Amino acid sequence: MATKLPKTDVVVVGVGWGGGIIASELTKSGLNVVGLERGKERKTEDYYMVHDELRYALRYEMFQDLSRETITFRGNEKIRALPMRSYGSFLLGDGLGGAGVHWNGMTFRFLPYDFQIKTQTIERYGKKKIPDGMTIQDWGITYDELEPYFLKFEKMAGIGGEENPLGGKRSEKYPTPPMQVSPVMKLFSDACKGLKYHPYIMPSANLSEQYTNPDGIARAACQYCGFCERFGCEYGAKADPVVTVLPVAKNTGKFELRTHSNVRRILHKGGKATGVMYIDTTTGEEYEQPADIVVMTSYVFNNTRLLLLSNMGKPYDSKTGTGVIGRNYAYQVEAAAGVGFFEKKEFNLFSGAGAMAMTMDDFNGDNFDHKDLNFIHGGSISYSQGGNRPIQNNTVPPGTPGWGKDFKAASIKYANRNVSVWAEGSCMPYRHHFLDLDTTYKDEFGDPLIRITFDFEERDREMVKFMGAKCGEILKEMGADKVVAYTEQGPYEITHYQSTHNTGGVIMGDSPDTSAVNNYLQMWDFDNCFVVGASAFAHNGGYNPTGTMGALSYRAAEGIIKYHKKPGSLV
Amino acid sequence: MATKLPKTDVVIVGVGWGGGIIASELTKGGLSVVGLERGKERKTEDYYMVHDELRYALRYEMFQDLSRETITFRGNEKIKALPMRSYGSFLLGDGLGGSGVHWNGQTFRFLPYDFEIKSKTIERYGKSKIPDGMTIQDWGITYDKLEPYFNKFEKMTGISGDENPLGGKRSEKYPTPPMKTTPGMKMFSDSCKGLNYHPYHMPSANLSEQYTNPDGIARAACQYCGYCERFGCEYGAKADPVVTVIPVAKNTGKFELRTHSNVRRILHKGGKATGVLYIDTTTGEEYEQPADIVVMTSYVFNNTRLLLMSNIGKPYDPKTGTGVIGRNYAYQVLKGAGVGFFEDKEFNIFAGAGSLGMCIDDFNGDNFDHKDLKFIHGANISYSQTGARPIQNNTVPPGTPTWGKDYKAATVKYANRHINVGAQGSCMPFRHHFLDLDPTYKDEFGDPLMRITFDFEDQDRELVKFMGAKCGDILKQMGADKVVSNTELAPYEITTYQSTHNTGGVVMGSSPDTSAVNNYLQMWDTENLFVIGASAFAHNSGYNPTGTMGALSYRAAEGIHKYHKNPGSLV
Amino acid sequence: MANETEEQDLKDHREPDHSRRNFLKNSGYAVGGLIVGGVVGSLLRSPNKSTTNNNNGNTTEKAPANEAVNFNQALMHFTQEQFLIMEAATERIFPADDNGPGAKELGVAYFIDHQLAGEWGLNGREYMQGPFFKGETTQGYQGRLKRREIFDIGLQEMQNYSNKKFQKKFKDLTPEQQDTVLKAFETDEVKLTTISASGFFKTIFGSTMEGAYADPLYGGNGNMGGWKLKNFPGNQMSYTKIIEQDKFEKMQPVSLREHLPHS
Repeated sequence: MATKLPKTDVVVVGVGWGGGIIASELTKSGLNVVGLERGKERKTEDYYMVHDELRYALRYEMFQDLSRETITFRGNEKIRALPMRSYGSFLLGDGLGGAGVHWNGMTFRFLPYDFQIKTQTIERYGKKKIPDGMTIQDWGITYDELEPYFLKFEKMAGIGGEENPLGGKRSEKYPTPPMQVSPVMKLFSDACKGLKYHPYIMPSANLSEQYTNPDGIARAACQYCGFCERFGCEYGAKADPVVTVLPVAKNTGKFELRTHSNVRRILHKGGKATGVMYIDTTTGEEYEQPADIVVMTSYVFNNTRLLLLSNMGKPYDSKTGTGVIGRNYAYQVEAAAGVGFFEKKEFNLFSGAGAMAMTMDDFNGDNFDHKDLNFIHGGSISYSQGGNRPIQNNTVPPGTPGWGKDFKAASIKYANRNVSVWAEGSCMPYRHHFLDLDTTYKDEFGDPLIRITFDFEERDREMVKFMGAKCGEILKEMGADKVVAYTEQGPYEITHYQSTHNTGGVIMGDSPDTSAVNNYLQMWDFDNCFVVGASAFAHNGGYNPTGTMGALSYRAAEGIIKYHKKPGSLV
Repeated sequence: MATKLPKTDVVIVGVGWGGGIIASELTKGGLSVVGLERGKERKTEDYYMVHDELRYALRYEMFQDLSRETITFRGNEKIKALPMRSYGSFLLGDGLGGSGVHWNGQTFRFLPYDFEIKSKTIERYGKSKIPDGMTIQDWGITYDKLEPYFNKFEKMTGISGDENPLGGKRSEKYPTPPMKTTPGMKMFSDSCKGLNYHPYHMPSANLSEQYTNPDGIARAACQYCGYCERFGCEYGAKADPVVTVIPVAKNTGKFELRTHSNVRRILHKGGKATGVLYIDTTTGEEYEQPADIVVMTSYVFNNTRLLLMSNIGKPYDPKTGTGVIGRNYAYQVLKGAGVGFFEDKEFNIFAGAGSLGMCIDDFNGDNFDHKDLKFIHGANISYSQTGARPIQNNTVPPGTPTWGKDYKAATVKYANRHINVGAQGSCMPFRHHFLDLDPTYKDEFGDPLMRITFDFEDQDRELVKFMGAKCGDILKQMGADKVVSNTELAPYEITTYQSTHNTGGVVMGSSPDTSAVNNYLQMWDTENLFVIGASAFAHNSGYNPTGTMGALSYRAAEGIHKYHKNPGSLV
Repeated sequence: MANETEEQDLKDHREPDHSRRNFLKNSGYAVGGLIVGGVVGSLLRSPNKSTTNNNNGNTTEKAPANEAVNFNQALMHFTQEQFLIMEAATERIFPADDNGPGAKELGVAYFIDHQLAGEWGLNGREYMQGPFFKGETTQGYQGRLKRREIFDIGLQEMQNYSNKKFQKKFKDLTPEQQDTVLKAFETDEVKLTTISASGFFKTIFGSTMEGAYADPLYGGNGNMGGWKLKNFPGNQMSYTKIIEQDKFEKMQPVSLREHLPHS
């Protein structure tokens, strides 16, 4: 029997970016918040030995322990889903701050087009432009409505950047100046300008200079050490929940953080969430934490899974296309890229930062004419200098043997002479791409794993062909002696790393028939339950998701405070 | 579906001492034998890095992987059995040669008293000497009948020793001279003589000199390197199945060894075993191996478990005391011991061998009068110099702090200045000590684990009190400056290492009502099925079990030959 | 006999002195036949002598006191036979050349041994629960074998293939023959029932890269030699001053050891 604990105002399930923002905003306005985090406590001092590529990048130090829980995957409904036994395609977060600790810090705002994708696509190209089975839909909110929340997130995190000439309108400048510009970034920028594109310095959470945010949190500047993605920041420079929102929440005295607390069920009765049931993973004891408001702030997969396990919301049914929990799962299309080899130039590629980059949106969203193209949307195209770490930096020109003397010589020669330009391709939802509970495989507690049914579509292959060519052109313009452009998209496979940008499953919208939450991320069916995260994305944009996910979190926080004052549906 | 393989004469389940002896004897006699071993192949070259206390002794390199299969334990039927999650009390073997590879080599013959324990106890002391619930019984065989088989095992292994003045009559001397005599052994011997006891060199399978056995197998002499128990022998000196019987079997061309083959069921029909079902653990594929004769030669626990899972034999029921599979489980009572500290003497106790020791049987079996004692049987008392390895060698006088400066100083000082004298206490079976299938916990294939229900009894506590005092006496006589003797026996706990001498579960005897196998280890119920191992012991004696287990294996081999020529019950 | 040459190999370039190696080398030890042991006692040296003669008449000296001995260069998982295959194979994958040291000098085989001894070798943080089914290649590894077992099987199969094709052990092959074996695995020309030959090759390749370039704390990348090859500066605290600089900056690499105060 679970031990029943005293009731709290709000319980937060998962303490990463979503949970941290909710906790800080709600406690600042006087609510009592209990934060349940399944992983362990983390702090900046944990990363004094972080410059260790093997441990962090190849042995997955910071990620979810797959021996305890994983996901299962199948390319389509006709085959058997099998567990992801080891990491590949994406990396699941774990522990305080979640994936918000080991991200790169690339912080975009989705385009105005994204939020009204269906309407605007039909408006410009007609209904036929949307192929059969593609389930894009408007998000139930506009960019303009969301703009203040983007700004809030950017100020909290201290984003450094310059105006995107092709982005949504900004009400204020970025709080800090852009990152430094490396010689390769300059080459990229000049090449894009030569091609009449609109390059700009990528918005970065790495922090270009010392910064004190509106909550009074001061952080030091990035040192360009080259260890961001898959690593925690030993300077506390990179914005993450542990060095920004969580201390603010704690400082109010109204936030109680419980680590090693794995929520297994949302409890509910008569259309209201009543609390959560969790297990203390250090003792195995079960607890019931009652709360007036339940906020789900774990990753895409666990937000969806927990709702399905708790029998909340109507599960998505791909046969009928009805139901909402598990709907519109999307990923990121990353195959379009180019690599350039420079014979006479050697760059300091070992140095860098996760979001030190130059990018452009000329082929993102609906910034270009899709009339004669067999795809909608697009992607940002960037050169980013994240720091080439030696084990994984073995890019060699095609034709080089895969191992042996010549491989060795080439991998050494080009270690600091290869430049990659890549597209962060958007990903559209389809009726037959979805999340549900696996029928065979279980986690350590015996609960079913989440099952992903997904593959790349014709639309993705067309987009990759287009974007890959663009990447190649830019590299040629940059003066690379040899350019290889990647223009082919194979089937989706879970085995090699692509992106951790999974989205959807508990999407937002303006109708309970096609969405699980409204534009405050409040569940249609359970008005005291909010589901915060990229799980709310109705599709995935041509950008990294965190900026948009952060904005939605601030909006949800505002909604929760409203709801607490005056219960009921917020829309 | 399991793939059905061609039939063989004999299939052996588990290739350790039992399986190895059966395989060599039967193949020499012309039978075709398939040996199924769940673990991997092993050879002497595997142990070139064996002098590694951490890996082998503390990290349990050679033992069964408990993440795949373990046992559950409870002290009595009123409490819930829980799995042994990590090693403690005993160490389960795994791989070719089984525990026969990492034993010490102490090779005794059980006493004549052991085989007729019930008759002889009643004869000398009357029925009332056997307390209520103690289920000792005669073994259905006498020492004299078993003597030729002891001799066979000793010649095959090349046991080194001198005559035990208080043991059963020998038809021949040991095949090799006793091991060397260290100063500590000399002191023990002198002390015992001074007390009018009868010391002799512990019979040893470590090999005192180069030896060629009757099968033509030549082995090098022991080098006294100090790494025996928990280790494989890198000299091939210590007798183990891999360097003795298995090459003989292979050389006949009639033995087919299959490693990574885990038998999950004995197949049977109409009172006959028809073969076995096993899984290739490298591929997960299942196979059926039909055979005319099935010989079970795995460890005590797996012999018993496999019979229960295969529904062969009547399971033991502690409520009624009827049924035989799981009956008369016994262990070893080791707590009667003493340690002596020497201020002015330092011994080379880093050197040694698993079976380098001196011992007495003055208080073993019924070699002493139990009239005024509250226990029957007794123990072999010995000093053995197995090699004190640095991590685990931290014996300090009582009163020494358990860590810090003084602790360190004492451990350093006494590292080579302490001597342990210990009693290998016999263990009697009780009605409420038994093995059955656990109702909750499963192995990696979903089969139930073996459950042990066992605790120490008053008999054991009395025995320890008596033996501990004797050990202390001997140490005092040896001239130790400080002697600490342990005379107390707490409840049995699975957490600290005591002994890997588990016995019983498929015991031998003269009646199908109280035993599972006859004195050829042939099952009463299924006469083409033989169950070999210490599982046949009706109780456990005051000695290490391997010598007796080896003798029984040779007897079983003879029985199988007989059966093959002339099927039917052998008794 | 097979063993002798292996023992000699190990002795040649690593072990300063070890009586047991001579003992084993001269013991006439064999497997496969009936003779499984045997010793000439006079070959055992007294434990206190620091030199010994092997039967080639060479005298091996203990390493001079002022030369740091790397005690980490011993085996935690591999047998010596496996180690010698691993060392030869990784050296072919990443050979010594004009650029600098190869896998052998960098200690890659020790690195792999040590990795297999730990969590990685046991797939400790990977989902290893059944049921096990064959899947699509897009679904990734679905076997029940752990890395340790895959290496055990894979190395044995390399040895078997070498013996079959060239009647010699892998480590006794010419470099070109060794490449033939590696290519046969890389291209799945070798058909194995339990593991994928090309999958095993990929694992060896990946481990070789790790052993060449991971921080030397793990036993590979000896003297940061891998990093020096690629002009990777290792564990540097800041690149702020060079990040915008055009000129390529060559720095003396620094390891994580320097990150701890060693008093």
